[in-house]
Parts: sequence; C-alpha cells; structure tokens
Amino acid sequence: MIAAYPITPQTPLTEKLSEFVEGGELNAEYVAVESEHSALTVCTSASMAGARTFTASSAHGLAYMHEMLHWAAGARLPVVLACVNRAIGAPWNILNDQQDSISQRDTGWIQIYARNNQEILDSVLQAYKIAETVYVPVMVCYDGYVLSHAEMPVAVPSQEDVDKFLPSYQPHTILDPANPKNYNLVTLADPRVNTEGVLCHGYMELRYLLQEALQNSGEVIIRVGQEFAELFGRSYANMFWEDRLADADIVIVAMGSLAMEATVAADMLRVKGHKAGVLGMRVFRPFPKADLLKALKKSRLIVVFDKNISYGSEGATCSEIKSALYGSGVNAVIRNFIVGLGGRDVKAREMADAVTKSLPLLKEGFLNSEYPEWICYI
Amino acid sequence: MNARLHEIRWHGRGGQGAITAAKIVAQAAYLKGYRGITAAPSFGAERRGAPVSASTRISPQTVMVISQVEKPDTVVVLDHTLLKYQEVTSGLDRGGWLVVNSQQHPKELNITGDFNIANADATRVCRELGLIIAGLPVVNTAILGALVHATNVVDMASIEAVIRERFSDSMIDINLAAIMKTFEITKLKKIR
Repeated sequence: MIAAYPITPQTPLTEKLSEFVEGGELNAEYVAVESEHSALTVCTSASMAGARTFTASSAHGLAYMHEMLHWAAGARLPVVLACVNRAIGAPWNILNDQQDSISQRDTGWIQIYARNNQEILDSVLQAYKIAETVYVPVMVCYDGYVLSHAEMPVAVPSQEDVDKFLPSYQPHTILDPANPKNYNLVTLADPRVNTEGVLCHGYMELRYLLQEALQNSGEVIIRVGQEFAELFGRSYANMFWEDRLADADIVIVAMGSLAMEATVAADMLRVKGHKAGVLGMRVFRPFPKADLLKALKKSRLIVVFDKNISYGSEGATCSEIKSALYGSGVNAVIRNFIVGLGGRDVKAREMADAVTKSLPLLKEGFLNSEYPEWICYI
Repeated sequence: MNARLHEIRWHGRGGQGAITAAKIVAQAAYLKGYRGITAAPSFGAERRGAPVSASTRISPQTVMVISQVEKPDTVVVLDHTLLKYQEVTSGLDRGGWLVVNSQQHPKELNITGDFNIANADATRVCRELGLIIAGLPVVNTAILGALVHATNVVDMASIEAVIRERFSDSMIDINLAAIMKTFEITKLKKIR
C-alpha cells in the first residue's frame, strides 16, 4: 500500500512508483491523497489492517506529517517512509539539507541515512525487515537533488533474492471487521484493568516499551545488515561507515552524501601527512553510542559537519558525538561546522580546510566550543 | 579508457536538454566499461530559457565527489550566447575542451583561455534534419557528435546504444543522424 501526495515537495520517486503500480509491475494499492498528513494516516491505517506500507515526503510535507509520525511510532506500526532531505522555509527553498528529518528526530522512528543511490535501494529493503522485526517505523533519508535527481549505477537485485531476504509480510496487527477491536484508545498515566479484567499498561509503560524497542533495535539493524551482505554481497554490518579510522587521530564525521565527499577531504589531508579518517553516520536513531566509542578511541580531533542545526545550540550529530564521548576517557577536541543548508554546495576542499583550521586547537587543548562555526559568507 | 576521473560540465538554457545530455553521456560511459559514473543537474530553479547547468563524472572507480564540478576537463555549451558568462569556462584548465554549439568558427568565437575548442553548428543540423520539438531545435543530442569528435571519453558506438535504448522508435534515426552530421562538421582549435 502506497500513499503519497503528488506535489512539491515531492520527487520522481513516487511518480515512478505510480507508474509501476499502473503498469502492473508492482502489486500494490496506490492512494493519491490530499495532503502528507493524510498520506501517513492512510499508511498507519493500512498497516493496522495488515498491509505492508510505504510513503515518501520531504521538507514541508514531512513537517506536515509530524503528528502522524508520532502516531505511527506510538502505535508500533512497521511503516517505511523515504525522506528525501530538503530544506524547510522560511524563506522558501526546495534544495537539500537535513533539517527536515532531524526535526523529526524525537518522533520514535528509526532513521537511516544513505550516502549514494545504491544505499537508498538497499536501505529500503533492509528497512522493512528491521521495521517488521522490532515494530518501529523506519525512515530512510537521502539527500534531495544531490542524490534524488542524480543518476549513478545501481545494482538492482533479482525479485527472487529479494523475496528470500524479505518474505511476505506477516502482520502483527489486523484490524478486521469480523473481529472488531479498538487500538490506541485513551490510555491514562497509570496501569488500569480493561473490560476483561486484565491489568494493562499505562501510557508511560507503553512509551517505555517504545524506547526499549529502539534501544534494542541496534542488534537487529546489524543482523539484518549482515544477512543482506550474505545475499547481495554489499555489507551493512555496522551502524556507521568507517574510512581509515584504524590509524586516524583526526576524524571527520558526516551523514548522508556528505560522508562520501568527506572521504575525498580525508584523501587531501592524508596527502599533507595528516592521519585523517571518516566516520559516516548511517543510523542516526537509534544512535550507536557504544560502537561509535570504539571507533573513535584513537581520535584526538573530531570535526563534525552538520547539514542541520538545533537553533540556539549546535548540529544534531555533534551533540550526539559529544554525548557519546562523555566520561569515556576519549578527550578529543570536537569542532562542529554547519554546512550545506538550503542546498549550499559543500566541497571536499572546504571540509579539509575546516579541519586544517581546527588543528591549532590540539595544541591549545581547547576541547569543546559552545556554538558551532558556519561555512557561509557571514 | 581514462584511468582518472573525467568531469564534464554542461551549460544550456532551460528546455534545451542539457540534463538529458549529461545523462546520455553518463550511460554511454557506463556501457563503455566505466563503473564510477554520476550525472546530475546543478540545482537552481530551472525554467525555460534561463541558464542551466549539469554535470557528468566518469571514472573507472566509484565517484566519491558529490559536490558541483569546479575544475571540469570538458565544458559543453548548448547555446553560445552563454559564453559571455564567466562561470561557463570557469575552472577549465590547459588541455581541457570547450565544446560549443555555434555557427561561428572557433577563431571567431572570441574566447580567450588555455583550452582547446571544438565547435559545430548543431542548431543548423537540427533545422536541416527537422529535429525540432515545440519550435526549438533539439541540440542536446546533436552536440554529442562534437563531444565525441573532440574527446575520447565516450565513443559513437556507446552513444548510439544509449540513444537506441532511451528514445522511442520514431526518434532514434533522426537523433543518430544529427549526432553523425554534427560529428562530421565539427571544427577543432587546439592549443599549442
């Protein structure tokens, strides 16, 4: 079941899917709704009726879904959504940054970010398996225009292999007129007995279980990534991408396509004799603190590039890294650069320059700055 | 096959098909055996007649650069009136190629720069062959003939294969004819 609102912000993605459905290549129901809020509502409802569901949106469309994003996660429905990352107004801008999905960070969804077009396809397949195992909805995020409108070679797996990896959906919730039930009714703070005399969770216990599901989902995400590697030969056995971290004392952190550009920046720094590596965030929620800590053990300087910002604070990835390192004994200098908002081009040489500019801090022992720096014309 | 990354930047006007051309060349390079390929529009609010650009990156290895092309090896210009904008030839270095759709001879184009120039009147080719859609000559495929003439990054056989795959039956022959004709009339001005 696919539901989508076919207007800007939207991408060729849903257009293509409607062609697949219309042409009979994809056995699905395609519902063209009147808003993104309704798109996700149709998905959650269809999911409760036992269907495998998909929708896609960006920017303002995703913001408009906000209420239902919370609902899908709270109702523990394995909905999969592609978020094509775009900036949010005002002022109007249709181009890429990650403010839209980062603004939905706390809705209880698993968030996976793709670096390139192959990873988009691979991540969507994995997303269903993850969502249907842990009963948490999954958002597959990828950079608008930079990836969504770019062409690059993608290996398309055979239907047979995909069916092996992801068999038909076995729903855990079926809303059936023959056996009427009520789900997600008003649930007050404390546990209460239901009409059948059974003591049921209060709101807080249900929310605890959502947090527990996300905390435990890391293992599933890694296991699914390993299974994917066995079948398709492309490994997703980690929650982040590591590039030359084994000997790196300078680590660049970036998420999405920027994590690819960052490897070119690391090349430039290596040529100059710096031991630079890249940590590319793949899974942002749940945030892989423990694994990340191991990967950053040798780091002395961590430069985090964020295509988003929590206004009045700093970039979201940077906050997570700082939080992960607290009390770990890794006392690396951490610098945060806000880049690429509203589609501003981010070049490898600019990232390398930002790292070079941060090097003197190593001698000064200045670990933490209150606010990020911006790579912009002000 | 080139061992290193080759970057092509396309300049045209909205509606001329610069982005489609970027994608055709990307696909042709893939057919030729390159595995690192990207083709992307450079993202402005694109509208008919306004200057637009796109890029194609071609490499034997996976392309990790995702930002806009800064130092192109080749620049293809679908409308020579765009040459007055400085950004069109920006970053084009010695040994690079400027491929221009223009009726003028390369020497008359009045471009100074340390790069080679390939020039063909693809507009006239399209008019003569009747390759016109909505009143406009479809120069984006025709100019590929000049690109193939000037550089070795893609060849005619792979371009032809892509045209045959991408285009509807009635449009294949006329597009191939335009590409061949433009290939034949391309004039080169090489730097010494």
